[in-house]
Amino acid sequence: MTAFLIRRLVQAVIVLIVTSVIVFTGVFAIGDPLEILLPADASMAEREQVAESLGLNDPLPVQYLGFVTDALQGNFGRSFVYNRPATEVILERLPATLELTFTALVISLVIGIPLGLWAGVRAGSATDETIMTGSILGFSLPNFWQGMMLIMIFSVTLGWLPSTGRGETGTILGIETSFATWDGLKHLLLPAINLALAQTALVIRLTRTGVQETMPLDFIKFARARGISSPRILFVHVMKNILIPIVTVIGIEFGSLVAFAVVTETIFAWPGIGKLIIDSINALDRPIIVSYILIVVTMFIVINFCVDALYSLLDPRIRVSAQ
Amino acid sequence: MTLPLLEVENLQTHFATPAGLVKAVDGVSFTVASGEVLGLVGESGSGKSITGFSLLGLLDPPGEVVGGSVRFKGEDLLSLDATRKRQIRGNRIAMIFQDPMMTLNPVLSIGTQMMETVQAHANVSRSEARQRSRDALGKVGIPSPEERLDAYPHEFSGGMRQRVAIAIALLHGPDLIIADEPTTALDVTIQSQILAQVQQLCLELGMGLIWISHDLGVVAGLAHKVAVMYAGRIVEQGPVDQVLDHSRHPYTQGLIASTPMANRRGVPLHQIPGSAPSPLKRPEGCSFRPRCARATEACLVAPDISAHHGHEWRCFHPLGAET
Repeated sequence: MTAFLIRRLVQAVIVLIVTSVIVFTGVFAIGDPLEILLPADASMAEREQVAESLGLNDPLPVQYLGFVTDALQGNFGRSFVYNRPATEVILERLPATLELTFTALVISLVIGIPLGLWAGVRAGSATDETIMTGSILGFSLPNFWQGMMLIMIFSVTLGWLPSTGRGETGTILGIETSFATWDGLKHLLLPAINLALAQTALVIRLTRTGVQETMPLDFIKFARARGISSPRILFVHVMKNILIPIVTVIGIEFGSLVAFAVVTETIFAWPGIGKLIIDSINALDRPIIVSYILIVVTMFIVINFCVDALYSLLDPRIRVSAQ
Repeated sequence: MTLPLLEVENLQTHFATPAGLVKAVDGVSFTVASGEVLGLVGESGSGKSITGFSLLGLLDPPGEVVGGSVRFKGEDLLSLDATRKRQIRGNRIAMIFQDPMMTLNPVLSIGTQMMETVQAHANVSRSEARQRSRDALGKVGIPSPEERLDAYPHEFSGGMRQRVAIAIALLHGPDLIIADEPTTALDVTIQSQILAQVQQLCLELGMGLIWISHDLGVVAGLAHKVAVMYAGRIVEQGPVDQVLDHSRHPYTQGLIASTPMANRRGVPLHQIPGSAPSPLKRPEGCSFRPRCARATEACLVAPDISAHHGHEWRCFHPLGAET
């Protein structure tokens, strides 16, 4: 186990170094932030002074080394736009995004797994066809369009839910969150559904495939021959076997939810990091972009680690080989 | 002989496949009494396993029992509702499958799978269920059963897993066990251990046993009665000595001649010419006709059952008819 942990840590560090180099170079290539930060009529002297203060005059490797040195001390630079530490700006926005993605994930699991099980058990029936067609829509309709339709239906026409913003937040266990207030929950619902739609479709398909692959196996037939009830066969015998692929994909997809949140947050004016990163790319706010990507990469690494840990909980065969 | 425990009459199981109707079991009749061992012998695809699954209602779609009756202790198994069928499965009639590697759920511990079987049919506490499971494991010769309850299937060898399957089958002291080639996937030494064990347990507990196998040698040593299946029909059945020593059907004769035996060492093994007919295109009349040296014009009509002192065969030109 210790060897496993060390190996994973080394991998994580390598991934972080490589991404930081790529991102740093990439951001450097996008354009000159001075063009955006300074008014068009700024003099050469002003330009020079700002460039010097932001450290933009040094060659790229020197800038990168400077960044790494600072980063190792927990300083990811100051945002050009907000003139505050980049990490502070991001961490301020991060809870809103995590809250949104987490809710979307829960929705996709709570709706997707039962529908997938249902479709899998009734494969080929009208129910199955309906669920599968619905899931194709969930996949193929563009995310932004789904979001706009949700606003049209539930905010504009029916007037049930607010269309934009985060609403009132409250504090639970010292964390500021929308879960704490009714108004916050109402604001959260639409964007979370929007973000969850494609994910739900994926979970439905995965679950259905899993059920169809597992049901014809001998151990299911043997369970039936032992007189085990159908619900128990489905929810214990089948479920425990198909959770492994579902957990894998959900782990990977949690990361893409954070990424997809960019679109949803823009549509619903959700004050999360998705919106922040779009604004920062527009303003060429390098420290924010670099820190954002490094934070997302770190999240991916942590999630993947959790997924691996979950595997061994779910599958006893992996438990043994890991020992 | 007393009233039979199981009475199968004219059982017909069909599979409506896209390629056509497959009559996997086409009018099979046999009986099993308490304490009696029936060997059901035949090539792959002869319908012997499907017969076993049909009895318990374990057919996978599109398989369907379309005719006949299965009377078990006076109840017609085919007309029972799902609840009653489930109550009988694993409780009064237990089944042992061919491949012990596949019959236990890989992600649930042996204890979980045994205890759920106990609790599926008996209203007992978890500790009582565990107690019974441990006793059952001990009875089939698994060392330190208490610890083994917490082990997972992959931690057992093939032979041990089959013992676990047998222990599960014995949990409720069933009246009948259907064993579908339970030793085919095992080493010869393990095979004989399992055979001896099953034989002894049947004798002790007075259970009926249907032993499905393609191995005449195993059946000869174990069964009281033999039924030989070919292309969905029983072509010959009767007391084991009668069928094996005085076989009437040319197919039975061919099967015996193609089994290696010590007293025929050096003599080239007999082979039945041709191969088993595709279940989609069975020959008219006697299905064995194209492969049979004795076939004549008469065989274009399906032969009825002829019987002599409990020995039955379906053939117009039975062997030994002259004597």
